[in-house]
Amino acid sequence: MFLRFLTKRLFYVIPMLFITTFIVFSFILLIPGDPALAILGENASDENLAQLRAQLGLDQSLFIQYWNWLTSALVGDLGESFFTGESVQEAVFSRMGITFQLVTTAIVIAFVFGTTLAIVSMMKPGSWIDEFARLVSTMGTAIPNFLLAMLLLAVFSLSLGWLPATGFISLFEDPIGFLRSVLLPSIALGAVGMAQITRHMRSALIEVFETDYIRTAFSKGLSIRQTIFHHGIRNAILPVVTTVGILYGNLMGATVVVETIFSIPGIGQLAVDSIMQRDFAMLQGVVLVMVVIIIVINFATDIIYSLLDPRIKYE
Amino acid sequence: MTGKEMLRRFMRQRAAFISGIFVVLLIVVALLAPWLAPYPPDLPNYDRVMAVPSLAHWLGTDELGRDVLSRLMYGAQAAIQAALIAIIIPLVIGVPLGILSGYLGGVFDEVFMRIVDGILAIPAILLALGITAALGVNLWNAMIAIGIVFTPQFARLARSQTLQIRSEAYVYAAKVSGAGAFWTMGKHIIPNISPPIIVQSSFNMSFAILVEASLSFLGLGAQSPQISWGGMIQQAYSLMYMNPWLILAPGVAIMLTMLAGNIMGDGLRVALDPKLKKV
Repeated sequence: MFLRFLTKRLFYVIPMLFITTFIVFSFILLIPGDPALAILGENASDENLAQLRAQLGLDQSLFIQYWNWLTSALVGDLGESFFTGESVQEAVFSRMGITFQLVTTAIVIAFVFGTTLAIVSMMKPGSWIDEFARLVSTMGTAIPNFLLAMLLLAVFSLSLGWLPATGFISLFEDPIGFLRSVLLPSIALGAVGMAQITRHMRSALIEVFETDYIRTAFSKGLSIRQTIFHHGIRNAILPVVTTVGILYGNLMGATVVVETIFSIPGIGQLAVDSIMQRDFAMLQGVVLVMVVIIIVINFATDIIYSLLDPRIKYE
Repeated sequence: MTGKEMLRRFMRQRAAFISGIFVVLLIVVALLAPWLAPYPPDLPNYDRVMAVPSLAHWLGTDELGRDVLSRLMYGAQAAIQAALIAIIIPLVIGVPLGILSGYLGGVFDEVFMRIVDGILAIPAILLALGITAALGVNLWNAMIAIGIVFTPQFARLARSQTLQIRSEAYVYAAKVSGAGAFWTMGKHIIPNISPPIIVQSSFNMSFAILVEASLSFLGLGAQSPQISWGGMIQQAYSLMYMNPWLILAPGVAIMLTMLAGNIMGDGLRVALDPKLKKV
């Protein structure tokens, strides 16, 4: 049964990967002029342009170009940067690790604080902590990540000097240095997530509280605390799993801004740089890898959700 | 529910009502900026560079001595424009396609939804960046890019709503009585799927302001002399190590506007949904 569900989901994911990669690839079509012109500049002779177009395979039809790009991508060859000649897959993968560490830290922070806030606020409805939870969940979705990033930077790095303003240290080299370098950017990234998780967890808990079996539990004399820990969390965590899956995608995109502010050499900064230089080979590679990771994470979320929730039928 | 009753349900929610007033005021300020602004937004004053707030300059001056309040007022124009363009494009392109897809079903629906899902897998900000870079860097193209990015979301919403309405008895009755597909869509589908789309529009307008500001911050939106809040933040960011408080005015403006948009969206959801009685 489960295997059938899995194959069905896979059948859904694979065409999606084709469509998304095709969209990513078509980016190149949107450039005014073409990559050859972007590389050689406006003053290039027609002869040189034609030669480079043939070299890059641009004289072939879009589908053949896509097919060639895709088959190379499948064996791990994403081509070379238009400008530096650097291998795209090496550049992307060396920076992916940094971004992955950053985004994961942000999600851990969002998850831990978001769920805690929701639970605590449910234990004392109407108290100041409940009001605070509501304020956080409203403000968190409205404060732009770049603003929060700059405020944190201004206060904790520039004024107080507690944490470094820029740079990144890998978790595997120096765990303490990693935490110091990643704390501010991951708070800036994760604030939106924390707000969403608090919100979803809170409304899920409220829903659980209104079910018959909880009412029965209450009438048998169970305390709010016991109810939350024995029944509430287990049932309310499900929508949060979906939220976390979606967050990975959103935060991956948000690194574009946050990595720029904190000068973290991750994939978000690579995306911005390649757009600025009109390095579309690099950009295609960056977006491709991001999108594949997002699709895989969403796929994994679906599977985890179905494993956690026995009510889901594998059909 | 009549329009009057919806308005009453909306106004009864205090936070939503205040947010609505804020948005109206913002539009008024944007429209009347040339008359309301105390100084021309581009007028430098080298004697009063980075001045703190005072009676002459309520929000102080920037690194060229330009009045921050005046720039904020002109920046509101860009914000409102971005919000409008960002929802007009999906309303005109995404919603009709979504309705058609949901109504027709079959192969068209299957293919269309796969394409929509494919686009949705690309992070919104990254897609907006890519489209802006391809169209050419300026504020107008950034706004168009945001509109394109929102289009699949609206298509998806319109489709799922259409699927629900399509199986209602009255739609079936219309079909049996010989009503054409387009007549049914115009008469039954569109009016019934409008409330959730209006709510979504409110949320997306505030998200559009965020994306526009992010693009401008990255240098892919407003170019000088165009004035936008994101552009103001970008300038302030370059002076961050000297004067961090310069980011506050445009930052708070963006935050309040987004907050108002979100609370208004929540309020509209309650006001437009007859099932939610608690007003």
